[in-house]
Amino acid sequence: MTKAKRNRLIYNMITYGLVIAAFIILQSMVDAKTITRSLKGQLVPICAWVVMAVSLNLVIGFSGELSLGHAGFMSVGAYTGTIVSGWMLNVFDVQDTTLRLVVAILAGGLMAGLAGTLIGIPVLRLRGDYLAIVTLAFGEIIRNLVNVLYVGIADGRLQASFLKKTLPSQAIMLVDGAKGAVKIKPISNFTMGFILVMITLIVVINLINSRTGRAIQATRDNRIAAESMGVSVIRYKMTAFVTASVLAGMAGALYGLNATTVVPTQFTFNQSINVLVFVVLGGLGNILGSVISAAFLTVLPELLREFSDLRMLLYAIVLILVMIFTNNPLIRDFIGRLFQSLRRRFSHGSQDETTGGETK
Amino acid sequence: MSQEERRRADTRMVPYPSHSIVPERDVNSIPVLETRHLGIEFGGLKAVEDFNLTIGRTEIAGLIGPNGAGKTTVFNLITKVYEPTRGIVLINGHDTKGLNIVQASRLGIARTFQNIRLFSQMTVEENVRIGLHNQIRYDMFTGILRLPRYWKQERKQHQQAMELLSLFGMQDMADVRADSLPYGAQRRLEIIRAMATNPSLLLLDEPAAGMNPKETEELMENIVRIRDQFQIAVLLIEHDMNLVMGICEGICVLSFGKIIAKGTPADIQKNPVVIEAYLGRKKEAQA
Repeated sequence: MTKAKRNRLIYNMITYGLVIAAFIILQSMVDAKTITRSLKGQLVPICAWVVMAVSLNLVIGFSGELSLGHAGFMSVGAYTGTIVSGWMLNVFDVQDTTLRLVVAILAGGLMAGLAGTLIGIPVLRLRGDYLAIVTLAFGEIIRNLVNVLYVGIADGRLQASFLKKTLPSQAIMLVDGAKGAVKIKPISNFTMGFILVMITLIVVINLINSRTGRAIQATRDNRIAAESMGVSVIRYKMTAFVTASVLAGMAGALYGLNATTVVPTQFTFNQSINVLVFVVLGGLGNILGSVISAAFLTVLPELLREFSDLRMLLYAIVLILVMIFTNNPLIRDFIGRLFQSLRRRFSHGSQDETTGGETK
Repeated sequence: MSQEERRRADTRMVPYPSHSIVPERDVNSIPVLETRHLGIEFGGLKAVEDFNLTIGRTEIAGLIGPNGAGKTTVFNLITKVYEPTRGIVLINGHDTKGLNIVQASRLGIARTFQNIRLFSQMTVEENVRIGLHNQIRYDMFTGILRLPRYWKQERKQHQQAMELLSLFGMQDMADVRADSLPYGAQRRLEIIRAMATNPSLLLLDEPAAGMNPKETEELMENIVRIRDQFQIAVLLIEHDMNLVMGICEGICVLSFGKIIAKGTPADIQKNPVVIEAYLGRKKEAQA
């Protein structure tokens, strides 16, 4: 095994290991009831935002396109998920919450993937900042659409309309316009969130270390050279974009089914920027960084709650400090050396196999 | 252009195909590249005009000319970065009209760039693997699910990439990031990456730019070696006359978008038109 390959393997194992360890610790805290109530309520959102950050990193960090409408895909997933869940409960009388959750997540991913495909086809053919502009518009369009969307169940059928009065008055409302998706039975749980995070990590990490992923990265590094090598740039940008939107839709379904209501204003441009902040703070193309920064920045506002009014100010200060520290060459160098000594200690334990390979 | 002028232009008779040379050994096979009356206009400016060139299956050909003569434009026309406004490009006998860069590369052309265009954030081996993209394939889901085919094809890619790197003795650098390579190695990597696409015509845009005489000497040997080993044709743009006269069999001289001379190195060296294009007229030099 080459050195680069081994380093990558170690890095990926750290990523998986960290997520698994965090899950075990938090789950045992939940079981032992030692967890604070506010943190317990944050567990599923943390999972959802981690999935959002990792999937957006696929678009920004690996395919090099700036997408500013990631929350739009999340909203598509959230609404689809809640509607599908309510539909299954009310029409087919499916009581099994796990089955409902799984189907809702899959449906959310499917719809968001469809939306991603529709936007990607025209936009990924353009160069430069067009994707950013159109995805920004997409997020707003989706928000305004669901603002006037009414979905209800009447006569044992699912009915949808943009005008409330066209639905029968006795209908059980699932989505009620500006009030959002209402009367959701919260069925998301931390275990499912953890599974979704793991699936996301496996998909993204395996993808970027495959032929497809290398092609995606090649289109980022040099478009003309990639084309000259016979790599179809549009196709691979599309692959990255649609994969990311599917994952965002799944995260949305998980997130939406965690509360009793989902309102359109939850998925604004600000949320897209928030996810962008997770990605940039964690480092472009750095999966582990995205995971950590998404989890940390989701919990941070809650931790700062005692400062009440100063909360968002402190949030901004923390962001700036982290950016300064992670970008300072001296500090980076120090962290790099720390990692190197750790790695040396790590390979010391398995000295026989490594030195055996290297001395040849 | 008035209607009358256009009508006259449309009915004008032109020689077709025009005079070209290929090595005797390649006469019995379809030429790798044939351009007929190739030309492109950028808003009235004729960057390349009436460019006729034929390259034999195993020929090393040179394209030279003063700065701004349109040499790189010719490369961009052949690789379909630009769509010609006149004439045709045949690659291995296939018309390339309307094809895009990717489709043209699948017909068997690979190129390097004047200003190096490596995948800078990827490793040397990954750069070569991108070249192998259409040679050793598997689909996205095989990659995500890590099916047995993934491991098999990855191993194959790794072996081939290493073999290609060993052409220029670069196996040891396989894990280095491409942008941290020294300049000469970056140029070599570009050639290796182009060779990974299994081309029948290799286009080199100033491969010796920025190299010292010793490196240039090595490069000349390498180009000839690659041609002999893979039996491909090479078309190169170069300002280093030692290299061009040393390895090229046919040379084409371009000046202001037009071919001013074609022939063997010996022909070109004593061609008065070429000397004039490069050095200027004798009278002016004396004055």
